[in-house]
Amino acid sequence: MRHLLRTPAGLAGTILVTLMVVLAVIGPPIWGAEAERINPAAILQGVSGEHLLGTDNLGRDILARVLVAGRLSLVLALLTTLIGAAAGVVLGALPSVLPRRGARLVTGTVNALVAFPSLLLAMFTAVISGLGAKGAVLGIGVALAPGFARLTQTLAASVASADYVAASRMLGVPRMRVMTRHILPNIAEPLILNLTQALGNALLALAGMSFLGLGVQPPSFDWGRLLFDGFGRIYDTPAVALGPAVAVALAGIGFNLLGDALARAAARGGAAVKAAPAGAAVPRQETEPDPEAVLEVRDLTVTFPGGVTPVRGLSLTIAPGEIVGLVGESGSGKSLTASAVGGLVPYPGEVTASRLRLCGSDLDDLTEQQRRKLLGTSLAMVFQDPMASLNPALRIGGQLAEVSTVHQGAGRAQAWERAVDRLDHVRIPEPARRARQHPHELSGGMRQRVVIAMGLMGTPRLIIADEPTTALDVTVQRQILRLLRQVTAETGAATLFISHDIAVVGELCHRVVVMYAGRVVEELPVEQLATGAAHPYTRALVASLPDMDTDRSLPLASIPGRQPAPAEVGSGCAFADRCELASDRCAELPPLVPYGKAHRVACWEAS
Amino acid sequence: MAVIPRLRGRRPSTDGGSRGRARGAFVLRHLVRFVISLAVLLVASFAMIHLIPGDPVRASLGPAAPVELVEARRAALGLDQPILTQLASYVGHVVSGDFGTSFLSGEPVGEVIASRLPNTLALALLATVVALLVAVPLGMWAGVRTENGRNRGTEAAFTSATGTAVAIPEFLYAIAAVALFAIGLGWFPPAGKGGPESYVLPVLALAIAPAAMIARISRVETLRELGSDYVRLARAKRLPSARIHLRHVLPNTLTATLTIGGLLLTGLIAGSVLVEYVFAWPGLGLRIVESITQKDYPVAQGVILVYGAIVLVVNLLVDVLLGLLDPTSALKET
Amino acid sequence: MIIKNLTVRFGAFTAVDDVTLEIPPGAIVGLVGESGSGKSTLAKAVTGLVPYRGEITGADPRRIQMVFQNPYASLDPRMTVGASVGEGLRLPRAERRAEVERLLSLVSLPAALAGRYPRELSGGMRQRVAVARALGARPELLVADEITSALDVSVQGAVLNLVRSLREELGLSMLFISHNLAVVRYVSDVVAVMHQGRLVETGPTEEVVGAPRHDYTRSLLEAVPRLGRTS
Repeated sequence: MRHLLRTPAGLAGTILVTLMVVLAVIGPPIWGAEAERINPAAILQGVSGEHLLGTDNLGRDILARVLVAGRLSLVLALLTTLIGAAAGVVLGALPSVLPRRGARLVTGTVNALVAFPSLLLAMFTAVISGLGAKGAVLGIGVALAPGFARLTQTLAASVASADYVAASRMLGVPRMRVMTRHILPNIAEPLILNLTQALGNALLALAGMSFLGLGVQPPSFDWGRLLFDGFGRIYDTPAVALGPAVAVALAGIGFNLLGDALARAAARGGAAVKAAPAGAAVPRQETEPDPEAVLEVRDLTVTFPGGVTPVRGLSLTIAPGEIVGLVGESGSGKSLTASAVGGLVPYPGEVTASRLRLCGSDLDDLTEQQRRKLLGTSLAMVFQDPMASLNPALRIGGQLAEVSTVHQGAGRAQAWERAVDRLDHVRIPEPARRARQHPHELSGGMRQRVVIAMGLMGTPRLIIADEPTTALDVTVQRQILRLLRQVTAETGAATLFISHDIAVVGELCHRVVVMYAGRVVEELPVEQLATGAAHPYTRALVASLPDMDTDRSLPLASIPGRQPAPAEVGSGCAFADRCELASDRCAELPPLVPYGKAHRVACWEAS
Repeated sequence: MAVIPRLRGRRPSTDGGSRGRARGAFVLRHLVRFVISLAVLLVASFAMIHLIPGDPVRASLGPAAPVELVEARRAALGLDQPILTQLASYVGHVVSGDFGTSFLSGEPVGEVIASRLPNTLALALLATVVALLVAVPLGMWAGVRTENGRNRGTEAAFTSATGTAVAIPEFLYAIAAVALFAIGLGWFPPAGKGGPESYVLPVLALAIAPAAMIARISRVETLRELGSDYVRLARAKRLPSARIHLRHVLPNTLTATLTIGGLLLTGLIAGSVLVEYVFAWPGLGLRIVESITQKDYPVAQGVILVYGAIVLVVNLLVDVLLGLLDPTSALKET
Repeated sequence: MIIKNLTVRFGAFTAVDDVTLEIPPGAIVGLVGESGSGKSTLAKAVTGLVPYRGEITGADPRRIQMVFQNPYASLDPRMTVGASVGEGLRLPRAERRAEVERLLSLVSLPAALAGRYPRELSGGMRQRVAVARALGARPELLVADEITSALDVSVQGAVLNLVRSLREELGLSMLFISHNLAVVRYVSDVVAVMHQGRLVETGPTEEVVGAPRHDYTRSLLEAVPRLGRTS
């Protein structure tokens, strides 16, 4: 409820709808007599101090009539919505009860009717039942039903196919009980939300019918009917149409804004974003940069508003030809590190670093144009889901070729030729034919090859691969890993390989960087990973992972507790809570210090 | 690794031949559905007259009409025949373009429809085009500006403005337009169909609410596409943002936007009834209101049938065109 | 329990093709295969969630229970842990409470968790709750479909240990399905390899892993990533 009142739109909607309801309750008792009082002396008057909106052809005060008509307008709309909702929910629930053929028939009918405008159905019933509120209410009510039916159907189908429903059916919970305990409660909320909007639509449609003279008939009157009466006089006294028009408009706006706000509040379901200042600027590093390194990062920090810092002071250097694995669990900040290096951290994330050098140039020293060109041609990125990484609407060849046309000024034909050549390079059979295809015509492994080929359109110095094989089968994973290794060797580029799977990292990489809660906790040569790791977290990760040589008679290691969320990380060692070796010293942050050859660890207790 | 075996994807690729066959089957399926719906519509419009309680002819002519006239009219309508014979002859007549004659004016209903339908379609189509041309760029601009919760002010302004515009029905826009631009300022004619200037207000009144709706959908779709991996990859390729937005994002938002646009067209046809009424526009809508009020059943029956058929045709076109245009979602069972 | 000549078809597509498999009492049978191999469809057929042709003998269908892959979708978000675990129990109120506590303790969760909602739990805890719910039906067979693939490595170990202890302490038979051969090898007594709807190899774990007979098993074994093996 508080969310509802926080946004101006939600507040306005709530106020308007509340006013409507209040008016419907108090309108007739207060202004009822005034609205019906015939005054032959004041027929068809315009706006005056006595009659703020003028009078009608019997001298009745129009303002009073507008205030009184609210009740009938709202009641009819309510009735219409209830008819629509009741019929719709029954119609929507039928397919799950009926045999298959019947279900298909009902679904087909609903689908055909959903597209029919309510006014058309209302006119149909108006012909049958004659002019009057009854025909309009029935017609519009019936017209609302297919919408509710389809919503019910979609919601019920998605809940019914949920694993928890399957689980209770397996437990032998009776059908009815599954319906009442699981399905109804989980679809009720969106249905009720939809009622608000349907109520607004019904009110507008009824007003439309009455305005055409097909709905409410005298001596009854709703806003639409008052508009009908006023519209005839619009050329002489436009103001008399104004009152009912504004009433209809405000009611429509009120229900619509409220429905919108309710839906948004439900979708959000808590968690308001707090705005907070971003991280403080980090002074530029004064030590000499490494001229050989492809990538050199010092004190990289990524901050989000509200003091959420998923990456904390990370430093990393990668040499040409090197494959470095960045490993950690979900939430360790490994993927954001990759995004930060590629300059792709989404708004409102803030990236700071005391040094960020790529291919020997400091990214801060480059102009926007130079940076674009450098990152566009020297940095290649590969993401987890090859299905989502390619634009479904464009041909594969075109998606590759645009790198050359944009950054290297190549002509269309020349760029296409290079695209085909690159596809061939990543061992895609029939590259010329594949280039003309759309992504959905390729398998997952093929698509990941295409993404890698895209990175090879320029002259990549660094390939950042963020979980590139997680969505793939193991046999395909193996081929992609092999391809990455070949590409790294052939081009002399370096690869930053990000993964949650320490076994994959152990097999592919030369060097492994382990992240925990936004910080690097250990950096070690891959040969050390299986037996020579020094940090208790790395050791526990290795021990908890079964591989083909794990002793089956012993239980696997497991780490109690969970990794702190980026907002919960304290000032000391983030792993201390879960660590067997933790001591008082761990309240202070352990620095990443050398530990043997090419090996660094951030732990006070490492021995 | 010399040969890579063909990998088994989650969605198998299809070769040209089976693809063509799938398309054929897809179109055929929709055509069959269309013909069935049309038949149901025909029966419904026939049944409409028979569902009127009491005698429709008597109801139409009034209690004072002489018995002979009522009988003659009943016979002319074939109401004295068995019901199935009536249905068969009704279908036969409709198929040959004969929709009966108006009780009031004696004109053939077919001629009424033929003379008025173009005026209604012109309004509805113009309004659709105007709405799409304004709304798609507007929604896309709003989406790009408000990505990831950027520019909260723009977002609030956009959602409240479109939320308000959607909630106001077309007849109120029409009345406001008449009061302000025709009567108040005298810029445009208040009613009737004349030169191009007479189209401005009706089209405007009809287009505002759908435009607001399409703009919202266009923004949501744009936001969704901007968050996808292929846009991340396009950004990683450092493509200029204009290229990312127009070449990569726009085509992917169009499918959903145009689906809604097509469905809005059917809504517009109903909305045009009200707008025609306000502007005294000589279309089908004005005529159907008159015919219902005056119980001119043959006209009401014919016009409702035509409206229903238009809705079905638009749905068929939207489904089939989008199915054939979209390479991924095509041909899937709905 | 014996699965005999089980076939599942979806239209013209054969998802599971004539599979025969025995699950000895008190044994864990590991079923391994890649996406599209039909292993999850087989699980659904065994638990009666999809129609099949063939025979399943030696187990009461009502006492076959399943634990699903996604711990975030397998618990009703509107029911407390206690209500979810107790849902299938036909017991009076007081006894039901005690039984829920016992079931939670079987999966090493504190009794206090019964009043919590799924959204308050981590993925690993949810997965244990799902196991506890299944155990409430006193199953003759527990089907575990990729139950660790949505979990982080540090939590996966605890769930695998739980799977093994359930067999040792309760003598539970289990069909353990996973795409990860190393995980299957660790928990299973018997390994069955599925490929394109067919069972290509079945045998005691050490035999299948140590001396695979089928080419596909061999390529699967080779593809398993290993720490410190640089090829």
